[in-house]
Amino acid sequence: MAERAKSIRIDGRKFTFRRGQTILGIAREHGIDIPTLCHHEALEPYGSCRLCVVEVKSGDRTRTMASCVTPAGDGMVVRTSTPGIREIRKTLIMLLLARCPNIESIKAMARKLGVKKVPFPKSDEDCYLCGMCVRACAEIVGVRAIGFAQRGHESVVAPPFGLVSNACIGCGTCTTICPARTFDLDKVFARRGMHRVEGKDGVGRCIICETYYMGG
Amino acid sequence: MSKKAVTKTRSLSVCHGSCCVLAGARDVAAALKAALKENLPGARVKVKKGRCSARCGGGPVVTVEPDGTVYTGVTPGDAAEIVKKHVAGGKVVRRLAAKAKVEPGPIPALGESGFFKDQVLIAMRNRGRIDPDSIDDYIANEGYLGMAKAVTEMKPEQIVAEVKKAGLRGRGGGGFPTGLKWEICRNSPSCDDKYIICNADEGDPGAFMDRSLLESDPHSVIEGMIIGARAIGATRGYVYVREEYPLACDRVIKAIDDARAYGLLGESILKSDFSFDIDVVRGAGAFVCGEETALMASIEGKEGKPRPRPPFPAQSGLWGKPTNVNNVETWANVPPIALRGGAWYASLGTARSKGTKVFSLVGKVKNTGLIEVPMGTTMRQIIFDIGGGVLKDRELKAVQTGGPSGGCIPADMMDIPVDYEELARAGSIMGSGGLIVMDDETCMVDVARYFVEFLEDESCGKCTPCREGITRMREILDRIVEGKGKRGDIELLERLAFTIKEASLCGLGATAPNPVLTTLKYFRDEYEAHIYKKRCPAGVCKALIIYRVVAGKCTGCQRCVRACPVGAISGPRSQPHNLDQDKCIKCGACYEVCKFDAIAGDAIYVE
Ligand SMILES: Cc1cc2nc3c(=O)[nH]c(=O)nc-3n(C[C@H](O)[C@H](O)[C@H](O)COP(=O)(O)O)c2cc1C
Ligand code: SF4
Ligand code: SF4
Ligand code: SF4
Ligand code: FES
Ligand code: FES
Repeated sequence: MAERAKSIRIDGRKFTFRRGQTILGIAREHGIDIPTLCHHEALEPYGSCRLCVVEVKSGDRTRTMASCVTPAGDGMVVRTSTPGIREIRKTLIMLLLARCPNIESIKAMARKLGVKKVPFPKSDEDCYLCGMCVRACAEIVGVRAIGFAQRGHESVVAPPFGLVSNACIGCGTCTTICPARTFDLDKVFARRGMHRVEGKDGVGRCIICETYYMGG
Repeated sequence: MSKKAVTKTRSLSVCHGSCCVLAGARDVAAALKAALKENLPGARVKVKKGRCSARCGGGPVVTVEPDGTVYTGVTPGDAAEIVKKHVAGGKVVRRLAAKAKVEPGPIPALGESGFFKDQVLIAMRNRGRIDPDSIDDYIANEGYLGMAKAVTEMKPEQIVAEVKKAGLRGRGGGGFPTGLKWEICRNSPSCDDKYIICNADEGDPGAFMDRSLLESDPHSVIEGMIIGARAIGATRGYVYVREEYPLACDRVIKAIDDARAYGLLGESILKSDFSFDIDVVRGAGAFVCGEETALMASIEGKEGKPRPRPPFPAQSGLWGKPTNVNNVETWANVPPIALRGGAWYASLGTARSKGTKVFSLVGKVKNTGLIEVPMGTTMRQIIFDIGGGVLKDRELKAVQTGGPSGGCIPADMMDIPVDYEELARAGSIMGSGGLIVMDDETCMVDVARYFVEFLEDESCGKCTPCREGITRMREILDRIVEGKGKRGDIELLERLAFTIKEASLCGLGATAPNPVLTTLKYFRDEYEAHIYKKRCPAGVCKALIIYRVVAGKCTGCQRCVRACPVGAISGPRSQPHNLDQDKCIKCGACYEVCKFDAIAGDAIYVE
């Protein structure tokens, strides 16, 4: 006997889903917009920005969950834009805007969520720690040349132990994927103390190991 | 003074755990810094913030490095003496020196029979009664009997059923039913391996029950793990001990070796078909590594950061295999349950919280130390009958429960029975069982600020609400205690608290706003006094008080002159002294030592 297809309700609409699909995945498949800042189709879900939170009712429990990392469950009832959820997203984008007032993608998201004023003192960071570069380097390039150093508010993207990394192959994947796009490859390398690329026309020569790389 | 200061001392580490801070560690640190500057200008001696050294009853604690002398109960008034005698003169200040070594021996006999009367020892059943290094001692006290019964007489399902019947819940903070957790892991589609873990990361400042259990009775934890492994079908166990606990680590390793030598661990335990062994892993030291997913990542050699759940460890844990994580105290409760049955254990406690709980009773209370009481004992019984009441018979203001992310319960709620549900209803948590008693000299805004700062330092930084939000909360609290609070700050704190609680990835963020939320709930007037009246009702916040000599009371005894680390007080003997406001660092040393109440700490109005 064929099993009954599993279904989930999102914003009042009922959808069937495949095993392993996340709430975000199903919503996007059906054109329901949930804002995200650390999600990327090519990478494993990570769940760090928390912008994608939704209200999930499952059994008799109602909880706030990050939709990008929460697998859909049979009978779940999801609401993507309750007043509480909107309040959380606004607070989150205020926090990120205070951290990175000059990153375009953050500014755009703030506009989208209707946030104009930030009740916190502003700093000027060029990275909002979405971790896409770190994950891309590990998952797509497969070299793990960069990771997070320090913790908490001091976290930064850096090569392991903050040392000059020989693992980096200068492929540029991290800069291409970076949604902040506030620096180019050269700056990334300089800042992270890794291979520094010289040269024109997208071909670079690392001043440390002297090999040539594409990208830049 | 042109002579260059010569000293062997490199640093003075002042414990900044919650108990020590409440006991005045920050003033002590400020006074030490000032005394160094005054007496040994140019000397390269650092005053550092130390982590909780588990001597919480005797705070503030100062450790002199490198010689390792530990001073307890230090006050700002002692700073000058420590600097002059020890740092400059190389002599230990005997009066303040702690006993050579802190051994978690028997519960200190405090002369108060009440301290023992209401206690029921299950997890701590052997504490102080046996030699922790002797497996024979343990066996002579019913040791390994529960495990022998579980392995030779019971089916795994029966063990799970007994633990379920006992109603045992996780003692590491979450309070999840242990039997149910075992069952889920047991029924998890099996592969070749399943793992169990003992979480001994104990990061809460002011809590030291896990350390004490491992140091004084390591076999009880190992026996519990063997029983759990049998029930779950696990082949390997790990004890994850935080690196600050070297003695606990050594004792567990020795206990494991001895158990193996006796055939209680390893292949074919008690000649059955059951094989199981345990390894010890030293923790990396970060608070968040106590969170189970971060802990497993750390054992795997990866970055110790939490990851989203699901999948839960029982589905996909260590190296992707079904894994069951329990706290030290949870494991220590298992052998008596196996031996005496679940019904016996469930006869103690309340409707939904069974058995006993170990608490570390610290702060402004007469009898401090670890206590074990049945769930449902009231807060009043714990503080007044067992604890002997508030230190110096001052007025009780609040009890902080649950560690840094717990909450403060006000004095008028002391009749609540202490169990998981009641504490949650009060807005706090059971956590690992820290109970910090606070008297009327405690500023609740300052307390909230302290815990938020601790959590800010410990946030792993992965998710936005916790990483950015806690820092913003701390900034707001900073300005409130500095007398710079603004209209709207309370509402902003509430907004941040809501988002951090709801949206954080792991339990650290999800509980981090508790200290602020509970103090706002029960002590909102104190926040308002700081913000709108620029006044600290408890007289704690330095920016909002001023010390002065009350001329009519001062006898000119010169005690304060000697105590002041910066030489701000002067005056001829037998005549009212003078306090120089420009020099005063507001450490309160003079206030502390004056025998005639002639130093007043007054509220001042800023702006
Ligand atoms: C930030 C954080 C820190 C934690 N620290 C500890 C700890 O030090 N010891 C502990 O046993 N559990 C700690 N936990 C709880 C564990 O994640 C886990 O729930 C527990 O070890 C499970 O055991 P139990 O069911 O026996 O309590 C912590 C949780 C969080 C969110
Ligand atoms: S450029 Fe280097 S750091 Fe960036 S993705 Fe490529 S290998 Fe990784
Ligand atoms: S550098 Fe860019 S991709 Fe990497 S964490 Fe920062 S914002 Fe994300
Ligand atoms: S809540 Fe805090 S500790 Fe937990 S994952 Fe997020 S940043 Fe890390
Ligand atoms: S998109 Fe889900 S947490 Fe960032
Ligand atoms: S010893 Fe200082 S707080 Fe524990």
